[in-house]
Amino acid sequence: MDPLIHNNPIALQVLGICSALAVTTTMATTTVMCVAVVAVNALSNLSVSLLRHRIPNSIRIIVQLTIIASLVIVTDQVLKAYVYEVSRQLTVFVGLIITNCIIMGRAEAFAMQNPPLRSLLDGIGNGLGYAAVLLVTGTLREIFGSGSFFGAPVLPLASEGGWYTPNGLMTLSPGAFFVIGFLIWTLRWFRPEQNEAE
Amino acid sequence: MFEDYLNIAVRAIFVENMALTFFLGMCSFLAVSKRVTTAVGLGAAVTFVLTVTVPLNHFINSFLLRPGALGWVNEGLAAQDLSFLRFLTFIGTIAATVQVVEMVLDRHFPALHAALGVFLPLIAVNCAILGASLLMIERGLTLPESAVFGFGSGLGWALAVIALAGIRERLRYHAIPAALRGLGITFLLTGLMAIAFMAFGGIQL
Repeated sequence: MDPLIHNNPIALQVLGICSALAVTTTMATTTVMCVAVVAVNALSNLSVSLLRHRIPNSIRIIVQLTIIASLVIVTDQVLKAYVYEVSRQLTVFVGLIITNCIIMGRAEAFAMQNPPLRSLLDGIGNGLGYAAVLLVTGTLREIFGSGSFFGAPVLPLASEGGWYTPNGLMTLSPGAFFVIGFLIWTLRWFRPEQNEAE
Repeated sequence: MFEDYLNIAVRAIFVENMALTFFLGMCSFLAVSKRVTTAVGLGAAVTFVLTVTVPLNHFINSFLLRPGALGWVNEGLAAQDLSFLRFLTFIGTIAATVQVVEMVLDRHFPALHAALGVFLPLIAVNCAILGASLLMIERGLTLPESAVFGFGSGLGWALAVIALAGIRERLRYHAIPAALRGLGITFLLTGLMAIAFMAFGGIQL
């Protein structure tokens, strides 16, 4: 549970930001991305941990990269087969799970030293910590940016006779930066020990 | 002809800036933007590696991975489609290129190597590099176009990171709420920069 709030990979460790910002315009893409990242993170941690006594130290980075890349290929094929529409919207960002620093970082920092079960749990925990930030960002951006949630209208739009004028900025890139910035601010407001020294 | 290439470059640098519109390379973008000198170093390294790897991956894709690409080896192989191996091959190419570039620089340009040294290994896992190669496939660029695209996106990324570093250096003299210090304010700044860059939207030469 630790990585969810106390040691959140995005808010505290600044890892895996790229995809966190890019895929959160709608909840559908966000959810699929979260599931994909949790799965890849858990399985890569498990496989690296199972192989940890067999991997020579000098080539460990390339071995980890290969394991992660293979898992991402499988994920990509599964997504294309079952949720084609969403996978088309995610475009290159499924492939970019490979270079998501959270996954690489956990494999290197945790799975190389710990037994398989603990590594699996660590992978799931970090994946969920990442998913938590993504889901919050996705919810805010979809509700305020297009007045809907999972594509279902929540706030009646002004263009359709309602009262809410969608804030187009939220669906564009600056909106993502602002939402994450304020999210970090809020999180650290309640947990001052995470503040950065000047 | 020349205009097409210039157009791709301008689009990659300003209109579709790697860092500010596609959010690529964010981890190092936030980590190294504390000082202008380091930002310049990493920006140069990213531009260099992108200019090399994007056309290289284009070459590999069109002769090995694309559906029907193996036709030049043997007629029987023409039906093969290896495009599912793209992720694995591209990341391998990038890691290998970074290694080779580092060794060449070390041997022949020691001054440049000393300047870029620490940043080169970091680049192998920078998502801007892999992202540019994947975007190049997505858009179906030709070989010379992909070289221009790689160079342009690298330059755009460098521009954004150097600009942010410049702002952050000035920021040191300001009183910022404790909870917002560091990461929080950087995100808000990047958001403002992204708005500024949106002014370039729709520019076509």
